[in-house]
Amino acid sequence: MSGDSRLRLLLSALVALILTVLPLPVWADVLRPAFLVLTVLFWSVNAPRTGGIAFGFFAGLMLDVFQGPVLGEHALALALISYIAVREHQRIRSKPSFQQALIVCAALVIYEVVLFAIDGWTGHPVTSPLRWVHTVTGALIWPPAAAILAYGAGRRA
Amino acid sequence: MAAFGTGGRRPLQGRGGSAGLSFTFYAVLAVIAMYLDQRQHYLERVRYGLQAAAYPIQLAVSSPPAAWHWLTDVFQTRDALRAENAQLRSQQRDLEVRTMRYEALARENGALRGLKAALPPVAERWLAAEIVTVQVNGLRQRVLLNRGATNGVFRGQAVLDDHGLIGQTTHVGPWSAEVILITDPEHAVPVRIERTGLATLAVGAGDTSTLALPYLPANADIQRGDLLVTSGLGGVFPEGYPVARVTEVHRDAVQPLAQVRAAPLARIDMDTEVMLVWFREGHPAAPSAVIPAPHAVGEVKAGNALLQPQAAEHAAPPGPGPAPATGAPPAAATSAPQGTP
Repeated sequence: MSGDSRLRLLLSALVALILTVLPLPVWADVLRPAFLVLTVLFWSVNAPRTGGIAFGFFAGLMLDVFQGPVLGEHALALALISYIAVREHQRIRSKPSFQQALIVCAALVIYEVVLFAIDGWTGHPVTSPLRWVHTVTGALIWPPAAAILAYGAGRRA
Repeated sequence: MAAFGTGGRRPLQGRGGSAGLSFTFYAVLAVIAMYLDQRQHYLERVRYGLQAAAYPIQLAVSSPPAAWHWLTDVFQTRDALRAENAQLRSQQRDLEVRTMRYEALARENGALRGLKAALPPVAERWLAAEIVTVQVNGLRQRVLLNRGATNGVFRGQAVLDDHGLIGQTTHVGPWSAEVILITDPEHAVPVRIERTGLATLAVGAGDTSTLALPYLPANADIQRGDLLVTSGLGGVFPEGYPVARVTEVHRDAVQPLAQVRAAPLARIDMDTEVMLVWFREGHPAAPSAVIPAPHAVGEVKAGNALLQPQAAEHAAPPGPGPAPATGAPPAAATSAPQGTP
């Protein structure tokens, strides 16, 4: 059972990673939600023992390889928000999806603040305000994304 | 290690504490990784391996656009192909006419510089690379190439297209390499204004069509339409490659610096194929060696002979090390081809 759910976890992470690096025109790329971050949040909230902080860390490490200036940057940010999500998973899970979306928005803002700070400290600053857009689109897409993930997670259980 | 702290079959009660422990562990790990990667570059090997693991995914993602390209190529009409063929033919004729006197000019240049033979071109070898169509980072100007260390690509290698400079490689994996474009805000190219010889830096402005020249005084001799070429300083790009054309010059009476913008000559957003270039070491226009190597001294004739032995003694510290007198001959030599219009 555990192996099966781990497989589904990896599959969802792979799909999210592909959606993250899919080439899009510039305007669409700005709007693109951080799919892998949403996936990590979903698993942290709904299956904290399958996903959790280790999953967040390694997913972040993958993001670092794909788009980070420094190894460990996304890993730290994702480990942090998956820690918050794991700690509060019972409280978050019981909320209606609108409130969940607000919590996700807050988590995405924390994630982006960590990235912003590390970008600045390591001397690779991106000061464009466009980097914050995905926190809103991510929250907007959370209800359908969570429904799809829940369907995928439950279907073959 | 992956199961540490979040362990699969741990009783529910103990989880709160272990999540904090696990987070602390991974946070420390991430901070150490960042420190090592940023300050010490110890993690090049790790990144190399991870980049190898990432490449299949990137390749898979880029395959639908690549397949679409292939399909449109296959189903091009005969007329379109014929028109393209004719255009390429005329372009080739143009280029041939333009390079017709190249040999003679190279020999003449060599004679003027007091060399027995003309210098070989500074670019020793090229390798065509395709841009893998994946999003590297939307807010940074980066692209991924389908060539890596197995093709001999190294970190900090110059990347060109047929119109001008594109950027340099930053992270090299076994089969792929990440390129930072000259338009990235973190990137600066040492350039020279071709008309006047004034050296400055061209910094990326964050979009594919603009470079900024923020370090020119308000009274600098620069005007719209000036060509910017690489100056050969900085140790990455060789001297004399076209970079950009000045599009805007603003001189504000209250500001000590002029606001200058330029448009890159390379067609950065339209390219699908680019060139990785290896440069001849020890060539006067090469990026690393400003001073000719000792074995090259023998080829230099009388004009420079008085200064050459001194330059040879000081050969070890490259660049600004030697005194102005000894630094002069190579500098004069490198600017000679452009300095005599």
